[in-house]
Amino acid sequence: MTELQQLEVRIGLEIHAQLTALKSKIFCSCSNDYRGKEPNTVVCPICLGIPGALPVINEKAVELAIMVALALNCKISESTFFFRKNYFYPDMSKNFQISQYDRAGGIPLAVEGHVTATVNHDDKKIKIRRVHLEEDPARLVHPGPIDTSPYTLVDYNRSGIALLEIVTEPDLNSPKEARIFLRKLRSILEHLGVSDGSLEGAMRCDANISLLGGPRVEVKNISSFKEVERALRFEIMRQKDLMTRKAHVEHETRHWDELRRVTISLRTKEEEHDYRYFPEPDLMPITITRSMINRIKAHMPELPDARRDRFVKEYGLPAYDAEVLTSEKALADFFEKAVRLYPHPKEISNWMMTDFLRYLYEAELEITELKIKPADLVEMLKLIDKGVISGKIAKVVLREMIQTGKTPQQIVKEQGLLRIGGREELDKLAERVFAENAEAVRDALTDEKAAHYLIGQLMRITRGRADPELANEIILNKLAKLRKEQK
Amino acid sequence: MESLCTLTARETITKIMAGETTAKECVSSIFERVKEIEDKVHAYLTLTEKHAVEQAAEIDKKIARGRKVGRLAGVAVAVKDVICTKDIPTTCASRMLEKFVPPYDATVIEKMSMEDAVLIGKTNMDEFAMGSSTETSYFDATRNPWDLSRVPGGSSGGSSAAIIADAAILALGSDTGGSIRCPASFCSVTGLKPTYGLVSRYGLIAYANSLEQIGPITKDVYDCALLLSVIAGYDPRDSTSANLKAKDYTMFLKKSVRGIKIGVPKEFFGEGTTKDVAKIVWGGIEKLEALGASYEEISLPSLKYALPAYYLIAMSEASSNLARYDGVRYGYRISEEDLNWNTTFSKDRKVGFGPEVRRRIILGTFALSAGYYDQYYQKALKVRTIIRRDFEKAFKKFDVIIGPTMPIPPFKIGEKIKDPLTLYMCDVDTVPSNLYGGPAISIPCGFSGSLPTGMQIMAQPFREDLILRVSYAFEQNTSYHKHKPEL
Repeated sequence: MTELQQLEVRIGLEIHAQLTALKSKIFCSCSNDYRGKEPNTVVCPICLGIPGALPVINEKAVELAIMVALALNCKISESTFFFRKNYFYPDMSKNFQISQYDRAGGIPLAVEGHVTATVNHDDKKIKIRRVHLEEDPARLVHPGPIDTSPYTLVDYNRSGIALLEIVTEPDLNSPKEARIFLRKLRSILEHLGVSDGSLEGAMRCDANISLLGGPRVEVKNISSFKEVERALRFEIMRQKDLMTRKAHVEHETRHWDELRRVTISLRTKEEEHDYRYFPEPDLMPITITRSMINRIKAHMPELPDARRDRFVKEYGLPAYDAEVLTSEKALADFFEKAVRLYPHPKEISNWMMTDFLRYLYEAELEITELKIKPADLVEMLKLIDKGVISGKIAKVVLREMIQTGKTPQQIVKEQGLLRIGGREELDKLAERVFAENAEAVRDALTDEKAAHYLIGQLMRITRGRADPELANEIILNKLAKLRKEQK
Repeated sequence: MESLCTLTARETITKIMAGETTAKECVSSIFERVKEIEDKVHAYLTLTEKHAVEQAAEIDKKIARGRKVGRLAGVAVAVKDVICTKDIPTTCASRMLEKFVPPYDATVIEKMSMEDAVLIGKTNMDEFAMGSSTETSYFDATRNPWDLSRVPGGSSGGSSAAIIADAAILALGSDTGGSIRCPASFCSVTGLKPTYGLVSRYGLIAYANSLEQIGPITKDVYDCALLLSVIAGYDPRDSTSANLKAKDYTMFLKKSVRGIKIGVPKEFFGEGTTKDVAKIVWGGIEKLEALGASYEEISLPSLKYALPAYYLIAMSEASSNLARYDGVRYGYRISEEDLNWNTTFSKDRKVGFGPEVRRRIILGTFALSAGYYDQYYQKALKVRTIIRRDFEKAFKKFDVIIGPTMPIPPFKIGEKIKDPLTLYMCDVDTVPSNLYGGPAISIPCGFSGSLPTGMQIMAQPFREDLILRVSYAFEQNTSYHKHKPEL
């Protein structure tokens, strides 16, 4: 890794986020909710590119895009229009994509923004080059890997879904930074309620990578944010390897093969498309007025940074904890729901920051995939408060709750994890410990260390269900009694 | 008694409503006429006789029951085969779309059927509306009814030939650079290209979106105003459609042109204009003067750049519009197996498109290519702006601008088709109004020997009322529109 850093890595990302909050596609009235539908059933003449059909802009898509651009601190264009990006490919219903362009007189919806992300406890500003709207192509389905597939099937249900393209400057210097940035971006989009990153394919990413100012390699087809770090690591290793062998790194476009976890060459610079961009004649320019922007601003939901600051102020959380908890909207929502049920934010935060997140990462689960509910976590905390379970047992219960979605009461009952709270019961068990460890008892009368051994034995036979303080007290009392008797 | 097929739309409606005839009789009379002349003229690609006669009978029933009927009740309408008709083949006279059946009706078709017009068939045209002679049709060349060895003009040659041959009462054409006016002039009928944005393009198979409009081709000016009143109007499905109140254009028809100021650009009488054509059109202008208008010769120097600017814009847009024809979803598909998509697309397009279409796609692709965009496409847009300004200036002084529609009379079939540049030159007087965006009409103005010559009248955007008024006054004081070819 240190070697990698020395190689001065520059990474720029191009993120495509579907505006999943919309009701209909970007240029027609087909439903935006295409997932799980029978192939080619969520279609109409417009998104199928049937001759004579014309696109009409979904105004809500423009509003959502402006909201995102504002959240990314961009300059919003007063007037913006669509361009045609011309190229032949089987996923295109018209063999051009209605998109936006920042050259040839084109004006994207917004430019020159930035996102601040916490990298190694420092704030890092990642510049945003542009934010624009475009249509999603159809989905190609290949049996097996793309380069050996005998045929391709096309599902146009995705054709015409509104996509937001967000392009960064090459400000990221490692795969880890890319991951952190994407996490932040995703949190912003989720807080705005425009794009649900947990839906398959809703957020995709292309990456540009160059080492030591060498040629730029574009990696396409990274289907989820999870894959980005993996794809970047592979590509950096590949380029580094070429460089060590003094081989030439091609300026090219490569394809991330998720199954084999390698990048494969798609086309070199000479084969690069000439997209022949020109203004889309079927759509009128969009005027974005100050009052429109103000109206959108007035209805902006709380953003992750503001929420983090509020967590610090309102709940008294440490800044780092607040940052982690707001790095995903679902996580922050979970926290706040729990706090509403159980007004001890620090305790909830402690549990979430430690065991909760550890289990999450271990299981490679998205928080939205979790079965555990905020109310369950709160119930667990209440069981500790009542002395029904110990803190140690709670860790076992929490893991089980996350894995199965069962309530803490259920788990405690099923696994016999009830705390041994009664002095009498514990007393009896202590008798057993004394009887079985006569030698240790003798030592303990004079040696404090041996007393601790006896306490440990008591905890052991209760499988941790005893209150350690009570166990301590009982053993020490018993020893004191013995000493008195011996005198 | 005169045959019903020779009536105008106004006469047909009057007779049907007066009970002197029925819609069914009128429609049947058209099909009889079609059978009589179609072998010679080849105006139609598809006839919808069964459905048309049934529809006419339904209209008769409605009338008999005293129910309200539409403004075009029982009128037989021929539609250029570039306008989508649900469940009826729409071929664009191309092998590519030989088997294409649209799943929807164009807006103009919906509007006409709401007024009880009867669709009788789809008319021949230049392939994808690219041409001025109807010779580039994949199926057959349409003959000019005035001289069967000559072209009817194009690209709406089938619609114009059908009207002058009494093989339809009304017709629709489309005009990208003169495709309504050229055949109207060559066939001696009335043809109007409306203001860009007045008539919805939804369902018009695009050749060059920023230039084209659907418009009426009729036997006289009244019918033209009537059909325009039906098809014009705002359509939310076409973003370039103007949001204006519907008008009844027949209300503007007056026999007087008193006070009308005419501008006559000398560029419309350039070196390519035959003496006969110039003489006939000047005769027309003098006639209008005699009727109370005044005229002045002017110069619009930017017009000499109109033709190259037009072809650059049209071909560039065409290269993108026609990209969708790849044989995947509809259209010509090569039957060879085991080809990759790239080869399949190439073969489909090579076989599916005729030579003129391929030429325009290749030229347009070139004009939009990296490194040439500024030099060609962008420059053409600048010329377009200059031409617009020149017209705007001229229309501050004049109500209408008049000149010949075509610089020459109808030429022989095969005479120019091998020499595309000479053929392109014929559009020199018609393309300016497409670049400008204002309306332009061609009305019968006289004969050069036995061959018709049309007079073109242009006005400011949305001043169809003015050109219809001037046209009507001219027509009512002349008899050219009553001349019919012998067939």
